[in-house]
Amino acid sequence: MTAMRGKAWKFGDSISTDHIAPGRLFHLRSNLPELAKHVLEDARPEFASSMAPGDFVVGGGNFGLGSSREHAPTIIKIAGVSAVLAKSFARIFFRNCINVGLPAIICDTDKIDEGDELEVDLSRGKVINRTKKIELSFPPLPPVMTKILQEGGLANYIHKHGDFRLK
Amino acid sequence: MGKTLAEKIIGEHVGREVVAGEIVVTPVDVCLVQDGTGPLAINQLRKINLEKAANPQQTVLFIDHASPSPRKELANDHIALRQFARKTDCYVSEVGDGVCHQVINEYYTRPGDIVIGADSHTCTSGALGALGTGMGSTDVAIGIALGKTWLRVPESYRFVVYGRFQPGVYAKDLILHIIGMLGADGATYKSMEFCGETIENMEMSERLTMSNMAVEAGAKCGIIFSDKKTRAYLIAHGRGKSYRELRADEDATYERTYEVNASKILPTISFPHTVDNTRNIEHKDCQDVKIDQVYIGTCTNGRLEDLRIAAQILKGKQRHPGTRLIVVPASRSVYQQALEEGTLAILNGAGASIQSPGCGPCVGIHQGVLGDGEACLSTQNRNFKGRMGNPNAFIYLASPATAAATALKGKIADPREVIG
Ligand code: SF4
Repeated sequence: MTAMRGKAWKFGDSISTDHIAPGRLFHLRSNLPELAKHVLEDARPEFASSMAPGDFVVGGGNFGLGSSREHAPTIIKIAGVSAVLAKSFARIFFRNCINVGLPAIICDTDKIDEGDELEVDLSRGKVINRTKKIELSFPPLPPVMTKILQEGGLANYIHKHGDFRLK
Repeated sequence: MGKTLAEKIIGEHVGREVVAGEIVVTPVDVCLVQDGTGPLAINQLRKINLEKAANPQQTVLFIDHASPSPRKELANDHIALRQFARKTDCYVSEVGDGVCHQVINEYYTRPGDIVIGADSHTCTSGALGALGTGMGSTDVAIGIALGKTWLRVPESYRFVVYGRFQPGVYAKDLILHIIGMLGADGATYKSMEFCGETIENMEMSERLTMSNMAVEAGAKCGIIFSDKKTRAYLIAHGRGKSYRELRADEDATYERTYEVNASKILPTISFPHTVDNTRNIEHKDCQDVKIDQVYIGTCTNGRLEDLRIAAQILKGKQRHPGTRLIVVPASRSVYQQALEEGTLAILNGAGASIQSPGCGPCVGIHQGVLGDGEACLSTQNRNFKGRMGNPNAFIYLASPATAAATALKGKIADPREVIG
């Protein structure tokens, strides 16, 4: 996989799936491109209209807590975000990110500020903050998740392999 | 080596001993999706040409979140669920049947099962001695089609709860207290296991409330042993044969053990906008908090016992004129019993708006969306910003008793002052 480059959009701690894909837009769930126009609206209303494809969502602790709605990482991906970085993730959201083919990266996001130019190299496990000229490392995913991510998500993975392969 | 409940249940499924930290592929017993997550699950299966169900008798598609449908887009989603069910022989739980986590535990979950659901509160099934866990649409879609999933065997936190609740204090106060103590990510990836005399003494209604909220501390599941109360619950729902006793081994390994004295717990409230932002009712912040809407219902506290507690407080009285009261029974059978025994008549007489079984206003789609600047005190499990349909509103979480007391007073009120 080639390195991803873009600008950081900073969010605080405890960004919930209600911030990302609120229940009041429930009727747009079967119209994901439309729902994606509202991504993260209740955390930063200007985000969806101002971000550029390739940019990064950078959160604090417990990113993605709350509901199991896979629509949340899906619309982050559809909006063109290359990866979500956070100090920690809620369990279901993390798993959903990988399942929809959106890299979720656990690193020290205190070292990233709004607007910093970032480069992420998944295979080396590195985030390069080009603005601050520092490198952050992140832990590798369990092998099963790496495979799912490499195939572009769980549906593609199962389509290709027909089953789960742990090795 | 001794096993926790999570290790036992997963080990039985994969046919060998497992320990926390391992990743396994395991068969699943029960799968559920709801009308918010099901359409995406179905689409994913269609995309990869895998529209089938490995165990259709144990796969349920719930129409509960937007039910009855308030908009055509959602009605169309419901059609998609019904069509998939016809094609695969899965079961549709229809408009008015109730909230997924109530119905699945009334009629499907057995002790020792693995239940996966495209809804975060699937952990509710832990109350019956099952491992229930929430996942996304694609994970559950694959679980439905193949009858299996992959899991990491979780480490477990044990909560030993002892002592008797003071009058006016309930399981909801205990679990809010525990989440306040742990924090909203205090048990991320872990299995919370509840035990001790207070849990032994709880009826299933209260155990379901405990397990339901495990995910609010970030946990993968919240499991309780099965015992004679589990058995009685299964018998009451015509499923006595599904019972088996399941307990963790005495020498199981827990990453942490917490001891909680239930007799010290006071009525507890979560303040906006996070569940772990708790205060007990005697805290000064609970003084003079005006409440515009009280909601009693949901998979956390919409059971018969909950409605009875509220009715006991509201009997022969009227809600405060400045506070509307919404009541939604969690399932058709709860509704039926509450109707027959007169509980709903009491609530209606006290000025409640009683609505069709389902999620009600919990997730901000319909039936009680809040206005700008309004405050709601709800018996639900979550109070995130925007949760009830308006990011400019405020949600407080509490027990049904606190909710009923609040409906009477028009502001956050201590249930101990109004129970007889
Ligand atoms: S009642 Fe609320 S928390 Fe429970 S399943 Fe419905 S929306 Fe989710």
